[in-house]
Amino acid sequence: MRFYIKDKYLVPHLGEGSLPISKIQTIPQPPLNPDFSFNPDLQLLLTGKQLILDDLPFPHDEIQKHYENGYVTYRKGMEYNRSQPTCSRCGNNKENWFAQFPCSRCGEICHYCRKCLMMGRISACTPLLGWNGPAPEQPLPKTILEWKGRLSEGQQAASNQVVHAVESNKELLVWAVCGAGKTEVLFEGTESALTARKRVCIATPRTDVVLELTPRLKAAFPGITVASLYGGSEDRHLYAPLTIATTHQLLRFYHAFDTVILDEVDAFPYTVEESLQYAAVQARKPESAMIYLTATPNEKWQRECRTGKRAFTTIPARFHRHPLPVPHFTWCGNWQKQLKKEKLPANILHWVKERLKNKKQALLFFPHIGLMEKFLPILRQLTPNIEAVHAEDPDRKEKVQKMRNKEIPLLLTTTILERGVTFSNIDVAVIGAEDNIFAESALVQIAGRAGRSKDYPKGVVTFFHYGKTEEMIKARKQITAMNQEGTRRGLLDS
Amino acid sequence: MKLFPEAQCLICHEKIIPVIGWTEIFSEEKELIICSICKNKFERVEGEKCKLCSRPFQFLEENFRRGDLCYDCERWEEDIEWHGYLHANHSIFLYNDFFKEVMANYKFRGDYVLAKIFANCVKGFLKRIQSDLLVPIPLSDERLYERGFNQAEALIVESGFTPAKPLTRIHLEKQSKKSRSERIHIPQVFQINSQVEIIGKEILLIDDIYTTGSTLRHAAKLLKESGAERVQSLTLAR
Repeated sequence: MRFYIKDKYLVPHLGEGSLPISKIQTIPQPPLNPDFSFNPDLQLLLTGKQLILDDLPFPHDEIQKHYENGYVTYRKGMEYNRSQPTCSRCGNNKENWFAQFPCSRCGEICHYCRKCLMMGRISACTPLLGWNGPAPEQPLPKTILEWKGRLSEGQQAASNQVVHAVESNKELLVWAVCGAGKTEVLFEGTESALTARKRVCIATPRTDVVLELTPRLKAAFPGITVASLYGGSEDRHLYAPLTIATTHQLLRFYHAFDTVILDEVDAFPYTVEESLQYAAVQARKPESAMIYLTATPNEKWQRECRTGKRAFTTIPARFHRHPLPVPHFTWCGNWQKQLKKEKLPANILHWVKERLKNKKQALLFFPHIGLMEKFLPILRQLTPNIEAVHAEDPDRKEKVQKMRNKEIPLLLTTTILERGVTFSNIDVAVIGAEDNIFAESALVQIAGRAGRSKDYPKGVVTFFHYGKTEEMIKARKQITAMNQEGTRRGLLDS
Repeated sequence: MKLFPEAQCLICHEKIIPVIGWTEIFSEEKELIICSICKNKFERVEGEKCKLCSRPFQFLEENFRRGDLCYDCERWEEDIEWHGYLHANHSIFLYNDFFKEVMANYKFRGDYVLAKIFANCVKGFLKRIQSDLLVPIPLSDERLYERGFNQAEALIVESGFTPAKPLTRIHLEKQSKKSRSERIHIPQVFQINSQVEIIGKEILLIDDIYTTGSTLRHAAKLLKESGAERVQSLTLAR
């Protein structure tokens, strides 16, 4: 779109003297006119957001009126540093993620961002709209948190820290082992924020997690409106004091939240993480609290924790007070070579047979689909009802469910099941733990699949390898260190 | 300059690993824009097809075929109101799931740069088909503003040709939401822009997809009635 500056504000205009919005040096913001009666629907839709005109079901005239009276803000969809564009919504500044086109809205050759194109095109002439008026009123119920459970000692200690961080707008990393019960640790902090009429967002990289968390939080906070946001969700335009969103959906928010809780910060490779971090920073208010949750912080974060550069708290023990299973390292020779001859190393075969004999379910992790698929027919000679899953498997959900129902004794998988899934009583093996896809965090997560339930808190974890790696050693060290800390703090029974 | 710059596939964003052989070293450097995996997902219109609309007979049941015409074209041509206006339609690709997905990104999400994927083959067809004017099916002003660009016009421009615009379009609800019969019986949505000389001209209409042929026939009829000598069409997919 093209605008020109009339008096002290922008007016959409095509003719002479007008410019695409990104070429206007500073965008004037008219002062708030207290006598203007604003549209409350627009207020609900736009508070804490950064949307494009195509996102809004209101005519541009009406939005322009709100801008002229100081209620709506215009920002540039794209900022230029010399000739290098940066997308204001997603932070993309990589040249290969931009393209250009002859734009009918501004009549110029216009850059656009291909990185966040799925959320509606941001081009050099796109205004990003925000709200500058008062925030919507939020009635509060008498009791906010109605969760009747009890926190474990370890959870309680972390929960206190979370409350403190929320109250004082600080950053905090909660380093909680797999199975510590992270969600409950958020309840008191969330309650404290909501009581102070603060807006809270829990963001996680995966839609499954949003879907799983939503009912749990709705049950814990029954009087609070909860917006559940993921690609294609119905709550897209719902204004709520408590928002649960995929990290991707945060891109539509701007200076919205007083508390942002970022789950599984390490779940993606660094480059992806970078843009999601950008989204989280955009979505929080300048004065706000940020809580990071993870079982496996990356090396940089771990170092920052050790050297006192990052505020953190650990939950070193599971809620059931049993130590984490420590992985055994078992050398299995050149297993890929054996596999070519359609043979398995004797110790792997023995491990599997033991599980089948004792009717103990097991998960077998593989570095690549191809290797897994070679393994499958050989193992099926032992018993036919063994399954294998990978990311693109259309029957992924059904197979995981079969495993849960104990209909299959063995499930082979790539790293997709490394986190987020819980089977109650299983042993875990990694085949080819030396592969560089198995980083420290992946191995800690994989080991964290065993011994989850309080009825079966023990499980065997075996890393079959053809040469130990640094990552394997670091993973085992991290697990034993957590167990030691658990013992020291009296959080373990055995 | 890098001798073999690392390119990224415009569709799947994966790195393209170029095949390097003597031909690549000695021939003119061609920009790699999609990877071979994506490239192979496109299917060309090949083999026996309807001589009027290029519908491949390969997937068509026998009772929908009338000699070298398809049943739809026969119905159009039987109708005196529509007989003979569209001389022929040419199509490049089959409208498969992959094409649909790419087209959704190009047209509805507005990823203009995807036009470059098709530039080479469109260019080939434009050189082969005899015409005086290349006419993109126009969008209404409202739709053009909403989309930011005309997807048919972009195909011509990115292939290195110049579009002519003798047609304009009245704003109506979206075509894709209508049934066949509704689409055939709509009133004329196009109007003639008299600034462009069309009398006696051979015209090639350009559009992204041939679905029922209704859009192209409406345009063809108006152009012929306004003096065009012959009207053919080229669509990316059929």
